[in-house]
Amino acid sequence: MDLSYTAEEQAFRDDVRDWLKECLSPRLVTKVRKAQRLTKADYDEWHSLLATREWMAWHWPTEHGGTGWTPVQKHIFEEEMAVAGAPRIVPFGVNMLGPVLIQYGTQAQKDTYLPRILSGEDWWAQGYSEPGAGSDLASLKTKAIWDGDHYIVNGQKTWTTLAHFANRMFCLVRTDPFAAKPQQGISFLLIDLDNPGIEIRPIYTLEGEHEVNEVFLTDVRVPVENLVGPENDGWTVAKYLLNYERTGIAGVGASKQALVELKRIAATERKDGRALAEDPLFAARMARLEIDLMGMEIFNLRVVAAAGEGKLPGAESSLLKIKGTQVRQEITDLMRRAVGPYAAPDLPEAFDEGWNGDAPGSDYALALARSYFNMRKTSIYGGSNEIQRNIVAKHLLGF
Amino acid sequence: MDFNLSEERQMMKDTAERFIRDQYPIEQRHEASKSELGFSRAMWREFADLGLIGALIPPAVDGFGGTGEDIALVFEALGRGLVVEPFLATGILGASSLIDIGDKATLGAVIAGECLLALAHGEPGGRYELSHVKTEAAQSDAGWKITGLKSVVANGCRADSLIVSARIAGEVDAEEGLALFRVDPRQPGVARRTYGTIDGGSAAEITLDGAVGEPIGVPGEAYAMIERAIGRGVLAVSAEALGAMEVAKDLTLEYLKTRVQFGKPIGANQVLQHRMVDMLIEIEQVRSCLMLAASTLDLKGGEADRATRERNLSAVKHLVGRVGRLVAEETIQMHGGVAMTWEMALPHYAKRIVMIDHQFGDTDHHLERFIRFSREVA
Repeated sequence: MDLSYTAEEQAFRDDVRDWLKECLSPRLVTKVRKAQRLTKADYDEWHSLLATREWMAWHWPTEHGGTGWTPVQKHIFEEEMAVAGAPRIVPFGVNMLGPVLIQYGTQAQKDTYLPRILSGEDWWAQGYSEPGAGSDLASLKTKAIWDGDHYIVNGQKTWTTLAHFANRMFCLVRTDPFAAKPQQGISFLLIDLDNPGIEIRPIYTLEGEHEVNEVFLTDVRVPVENLVGPENDGWTVAKYLLNYERTGIAGVGASKQALVELKRIAATERKDGRALAEDPLFAARMARLEIDLMGMEIFNLRVVAAAGEGKLPGAESSLLKIKGTQVRQEITDLMRRAVGPYAAPDLPEAFDEGWNGDAPGSDYALALARSYFNMRKTSIYGGSNEIQRNIVAKHLLGF
Repeated sequence: MDFNLSEERQMMKDTAERFIRDQYPIEQRHEASKSELGFSRAMWREFADLGLIGALIPPAVDGFGGTGEDIALVFEALGRGLVVEPFLATGILGASSLIDIGDKATLGAVIAGECLLALAHGEPGGRYELSHVKTEAAQSDAGWKITGLKSVVANGCRADSLIVSARIAGEVDAEEGLALFRVDPRQPGVARRTYGTIDGGSAAEITLDGAVGEPIGVPGEAYAMIERAIGRGVLAVSAEALGAMEVAKDLTLEYLKTRVQFGKPIGANQVLQHRMVDMLIEIEQVRSCLMLAASTLDLKGGEADRATRERNLSAVKHLVGRVGRLVAEETIQMHGGVAMTWEMALPHYAKRIVMIDHQFGDTDHHLERFIRFSREVA
């Protein structure tokens, strides 16, 4: 056992750090640091930049253009992205659909879509949840009916993150309404969002932002060759994808960076004539969190390493999701509390690029309450933490 | 980074776990614990033959282990069996300063299971502060003479040789001016009052009244040795807690699947399943922090190394206190009434897990200490 980084791993870190420092535009870094709204063009810029180093696809085998990194390299990369203030990599194409196509796609599907994911040409949305199908995903009702060489799709998807930036959506649809179990009779379809019959409506989240959408599908014609995996066996494909969705969901890199920011804020804010960081109660809260995060980091590496090269952890990733989101939420909670009354002022315009106004308090205070409320989503999405506990109870504890 | 155990360590782990599982039933453990001695001499010899004492001692002094990883492996196995033999007092706390000065003769006897040690360091009113030493040592023609009180000394009554801390200079809480002495407990200047502890161990209050002692290392500069001994102790009991928590969790899981109420196993209730999952996560967190602390235990360069080492030790000990209480309380609660009986194994695990929070500093003590060393690391 050796928990120190090898010389090769350290060199890899240096390479990533230097490259990000040199190539990532200061404009993007500023926007990320100020939590400003990222446009499609911002994400495209970032994805294309990654594509120049062929660093888009961490989870893919090298023959399809993946990086072939070890779990530790992935961890280092994630950390360095967070440290550099890089935008997140939008996961739907590269982290979710990519692995699914590599596993279940036809040769034609692989040839068509994989390169377009790597180049950033296609922006995929995830058509999973429906108004009546959240945690109980298998109860989904959007239906697809055969019509010659097409499916006709009717229904509604929801919580579709950044669908307003997307040109395509992978979608779970019901192809056999009479199947014996809800999990049977579901199929996995690739849908072109430029098709007639598709309407995308924004859902404004509790902090007033447009990040997620509803997608209405009315008589949308989808060519049958856009079916991934066997018809009526989409649940297998869906679950395979969900496992990928949970990788990296611990968000250790992002949490470590957030903790650095929390400490900086606590060193600046004052309480009882000294830095808030010196306040015994606040210092204790931060320290508890830091210890949790130290454990989390090793836990995450252990799980990913145990799964083996190029393989995914199973239900263990549910443990990481639960703890990772708890830690992340706890950090945003402390950040909000660190700035006291100045957590309250809300200036939506401050999150537009180039905003130059005066904040009522410190600049850094403006995003904190928003971020706290926004982060509540993490224990709900990707299978709520209660669903994760069900998964662990069944698969790791044998209930 | 590499999370795999070497082949030798894997073998040692398997050997220790198998022996304790097969040869160390809890009834026998209780019997040994309640005996006059407080443990079993025969079992201690078997542990020595298996190499489990030597595994705590580095090769430089003729042991065959002694790294943070070795200590963690052995003590996790001991925790799984609630072992009462004096591994901690002898192989960790007592041996530590002797390792530092390279005393192969004594350590050879320790490894063979023929010499029992105890570290007499804590004092009434000192709580967990390492530098709180009132006991005084003075040099005379007849050598060093030590006078003072030592409290809750693990294995204090059984030790063939005591390692005693005393002050030769400085204020009560100063790190400077401390010394360690080897003290023969069978001399007139040493009085020992022994008692059992609630977790099945034994300890003693020790009164030193002009007891003769032989210095270990340079008198006045012993603080670093004391800190290292306690650091090894922190790692050891944290690993022991982990082993005990794993068993408490497994016993509870088994119980949830077999205990029937309202016509179904109580484990069919989602509320209990989810609580088990939360416990599982926290135990894995402890394991992770333990690995980190074990990996930095042997850092002994300068102040930066010390800060990293002590910070990681305090991180895991804090977490052990926090998670230990959760596991002890939850596993008792989920067992219900039977967990309140002596007959069940579970409550004995719970007692040991909770009492570990009272050794070398509780969860709050180590949180404060973590904060202090974090400032030095940063």
